[in-house]
Amino acid sequence: MQRITIDPITRLEGHGKIEIFLNDEGEVENTYFQIPELRGFERFCVGRPVEELPLLTNRICGVCPEAHHMAGAKAADAVYKVDPPRTAKMLRELLYSAFYCTDHTTHFYALAGPDFVMGPDAPIAERNILGVIHKVGLEIGGKVIQMRKNGHNVVEMIGGRKVHPCTSIPGGLTKGITEEQRIEIESMGKWAIEFAQFSLKLFADIVLGNKAYLDLILGDIYTHQTYSMGMVDENNHVNFYDGQISIVAPDGERIGKYLPADYQDWIAERVEPWTYLKFPYLKKVGWKGFVDGKDSGIYMATPLSRLNASDGMATPLAQEEYDKFYKTLGGKPVHQRLATHWARLIELLYAAERWVELATDPEITSPEYHTIPTETPSEGIGIVEAPRGTLTHHYWTDERGVVTKVNLIVGTTNNNAPISMSIKKAAKSLITKGTVVTEGLLNMIEMAFRAYDPCFGCATHSLPGKMPLQVTIYDVNGDPINELKQYC
Amino acid sequence: MTTKPKFAMYWAASCGGCEIAVLNIHEKILAVDENFEVVFWPVAMDAKYKDVDAMEDGEILLTLFNGSIRNSENEHIAKLLRRKSKILVAFGSCATEGCIPGLANFTPINEVIATAFSTPTTENPENILPIPDYEVPEGELHIPTIYPLIRTLEQVVDVDYFMPGCPPESHQIAAVIDLVIEVLKGNAELPPKGSVIGAGLSTVCDDCERTRNIKKIKEFGRIQMQHSDPDLCLLEQGIPCNGPATRQGCGALCPSAGAQCIGCYGPAEGVIDYGARLISAFASVIDSDDEEEIDHILDGLVDPAGQFYRFNLAGSLLRGSKAAVSVEHK
Repeated sequence: MQRITIDPITRLEGHGKIEIFLNDEGEVENTYFQIPELRGFERFCVGRPVEELPLLTNRICGVCPEAHHMAGAKAADAVYKVDPPRTAKMLRELLYSAFYCTDHTTHFYALAGPDFVMGPDAPIAERNILGVIHKVGLEIGGKVIQMRKNGHNVVEMIGGRKVHPCTSIPGGLTKGITEEQRIEIESMGKWAIEFAQFSLKLFADIVLGNKAYLDLILGDIYTHQTYSMGMVDENNHVNFYDGQISIVAPDGERIGKYLPADYQDWIAERVEPWTYLKFPYLKKVGWKGFVDGKDSGIYMATPLSRLNASDGMATPLAQEEYDKFYKTLGGKPVHQRLATHWARLIELLYAAERWVELATDPEITSPEYHTIPTETPSEGIGIVEAPRGTLTHHYWTDERGVVTKVNLIVGTTNNNAPISMSIKKAAKSLITKGTVVTEGLLNMIEMAFRAYDPCFGCATHSLPGKMPLQVTIYDVNGDPINELKQYC
Repeated sequence: MTTKPKFAMYWAASCGGCEIAVLNIHEKILAVDENFEVVFWPVAMDAKYKDVDAMEDGEILLTLFNGSIRNSENEHIAKLLRRKSKILVAFGSCATEGCIPGLANFTPINEVIATAFSTPTTENPENILPIPDYEVPEGELHIPTIYPLIRTLEQVVDVDYFMPGCPPESHQIAAVIDLVIEVLKGNAELPPKGSVIGAGLSTVCDDCERTRNIKKIKEFGRIQMQHSDPDLCLLEQGIPCNGPATRQGCGALCPSAGAQCIGCYGPAEGVIDYGARLISAFASVIDSDDEEEIDHILDGLVDPAGQFYRFNLAGSLLRGSKAAVSVEHK
């Protein structure tokens, strides 16, 4: 049995490793997608005052601390059974919308973009953000920097800090915003809408306009039939901050929606001894192994699944793009995983539109941003849509509000099983008898996980780092016969 | 052939916030590019690991290392980069003092791992736990070994400078980069080895604009249980704010936003034990001489261990609880 090791995988947040086993025919027998670490937040959050959890769980991930801060704050609200004032909820969602714009921008331009703008098998030295900027022009690079800057400025204005925001507490926020800040936020939001539209046009020109890429997206290599998960509002439109979780079957039928409080009826997690990361699945459907189809409880929680699980977008420009998306790709649901990149840009546009909507609400500058809790704290669940999937925080406390138990089901963890399957399918499709395994080919296997924008820092509540990739191919006796190094 | 000095940045067990903070220096990144040859920075570029391996010892001028040492892999890379770097900076709270994940040092590691795999949604009737070497039908699979205690970078290799913060503030990062560039031009000198850089010497209180009235308190409160006064010292309102023991450097961001300082910049200059300094600061605001009343007031601090060692447990004299440390000694 030959073995190909990809360790670590790159251009993602966090660390993972892929083992590919080839049989004597030189075909892929099996693949394993392994996550090497965990930090154990579930244990050491115990004993802490619950109001600290939105601050402590921030440190699960410095790329999306806003998501943990929000899920943590909502869970802490629920622990105290306190409903924050409308202004507080709007301010949190405003911060969150600006964050989404920044985060989706980073993924599209710096992590995934190089595969399309430069090409899947472009020279390694060019297949990165600098290559992208050189190709599309410095002016666009400047826009990307501006988008990130604006987003972080809004996060700081509302959240107190650019990284690891600190203002959400049980019952609302520690501060509001002034009219001067509101005007600035609104203006940056309008710019973000233009930036999102520009990004969609860039995608249309570079990716959709290129037949080879379109074939790659529509082809079988990166396609899976799994359930789709995503948060929706009362109109079944995509929402990132609040709502119910909608589940849509591979054939497009909505099998149900659940409130955050009911997540345990829907989600279970499986443990495998060869990875530190668990595999969530739909409890009502059950775990049937790493297989596609309606009988398998495996689901995805990504920009693509959020679009699949919804009936549309809550804002007009994003809705137009939503319609165009399904028209181009042949109707709902879409299972081609590379289409996730397009879905992510549609979400970017929605987040920018929502940013402006919230910034122009007359109550956004109200001083009513905190309700003092009056109930005895006990137990609470908070769910938001993190950019990388549905994020669930569940806290139990004693009567003083000191945490006694924690459960976290984190964005990327949802996608552990589908990512494993996507890697296996890409490997099986790309490596057959006699295939010369090139660096470009291995990158195409990596593109299978990159579509999910995984963050294994979040997933394992650890982030040990991106490391270079080294591939060693062994013969049956375990002797190395070929070595490839990528980013290393 | 470039003659620019070489720069590297790496993350071990960390959250990625340090990388985001560096990216948030925005245009200043171009100055890094102008003055350094970036040879290894996985977040920003496809760095070449084999090049790091093939480098002469000390060939990299400056490495910013963030993240703590949680497992065998983190340790391996820390040692490699130490060898290859002239100047190794422990960058951010995880590398300098262990940060929030260091709170795991309160608990024996087997309990930490077992908790993660027995949560309410985990279906694990056979109590399966991941193991470093596992045989599958196709061959053996490996994952790194998790160590009993989180360690700081200095507990594993020799460190030249320490840059605190969770994460270090971007303006501080920009200032440090400017300094190094001036040093390269011969216009400035590096601080003595072992210095804390990118931060002040005093405490967060020195940067905090809230008014202090030397007022004493009869009870500690919780931030969510009151509408706090935006202009008064939070500690004097009974909110346990870590400002008095925490190093200056962030510009008092959290207190300015209505939230208490949680101590992410670590101990102020000269503070040997952060917890002891903070206990003394809290004691000084307690308005009582009666032992029983003092006990009652202190009961308002619902999590003293977390309060006093939230970010710095791994790097403190304690390192962890007795139970957790004893696992390491085994």
